Amino acid sequence: MNTEERYKKLLEIVKLYLPEDVSEDAISEESHFIDELNINSANLVDIVLDVEDAFDIMLENDDMDQMATVHDALVIIDKKLLEK
Amino acid sequence: MFYESKTSILKSVSEIQIIKMNYKSLLDKLPYSKPFLFVDDIEHVDSNSITGRYTFHEDSHFYNGHFKDNPVTPGVLLTECCAQIGLVCFGLFLLNDEEASALKIGMSSSEMEFYIPVYPNEKVTVSSEKIYFRFNKLKCNVKMYNEKGELICKGVIAGMIKKADNE
Repeated sequence: MNTEERYKKLLEIVKLYLPEDVSEDAISEESHFIDELNINSANLVDIVLDVEDAFDIMLENDDMDQMATVHDALVIIDKKLLEK
Repeated sequence: MFYESKTSILKSVSEIQIIKMNYKSLLDKLPYSKPFLFVDDIEHVDSNSITGRYTFHEDSHFYNGHFKDNPVTPGVLLTECCAQIGLVCFGLFLLNDEEASALKIGMSSSEMEFYIPVYPNEKVTVSSEKIYFRFNKLKCNVKMYNEKGELICKGVIAGMIKKADNE
């Protein structure tokens, strides 16, 4: 899986948790989950759980704390996939 | 053999006492008070499930208006009761925090179905089973029963629960 594929896969998950007032087109790599995409902290947990299943990885509390933007999530996914 | 089993009985009695104390301390840590406390006691709790009880007293003010001349417990309060026992008490136990530190809590979702009404002075039992508790989010299957053992309502509720000084 290359970087673009990973980004696409993550995007598919994030889309599911967007509130109605945010369009899918609003998502970019720089998007801040809570401040810009209006995703609440409970749905952010669901995104993390879906990411774990989709990429077959396990995230820790520290990873969650660092996951503010889509880019942050990609960095963590890359790191976890390398550790596998 | 006889002595062994006697010892184990003694041990389990003291364990029960410890557990009962813990149940009490769970209630003491709850961030609610009258008129918005909907937990009387915790019957059982372990890492996967919790059971607790509450009696909806007839003198509660909401019966004056819900409904006019026909007091029935509002569904939102049945949901609240399920959440206070099934999410907050359960979450407090799962956080396993010895000190009574401040809590940050909030319900994030609830999807309930209601089957039979709850009238004034009815005692209900709420049981909650953990779906997951990760990254401070607790999601549970909850069920509420009346004293006849009939299912009043059931659903899935989730909330965020963490220590306030843990930011």
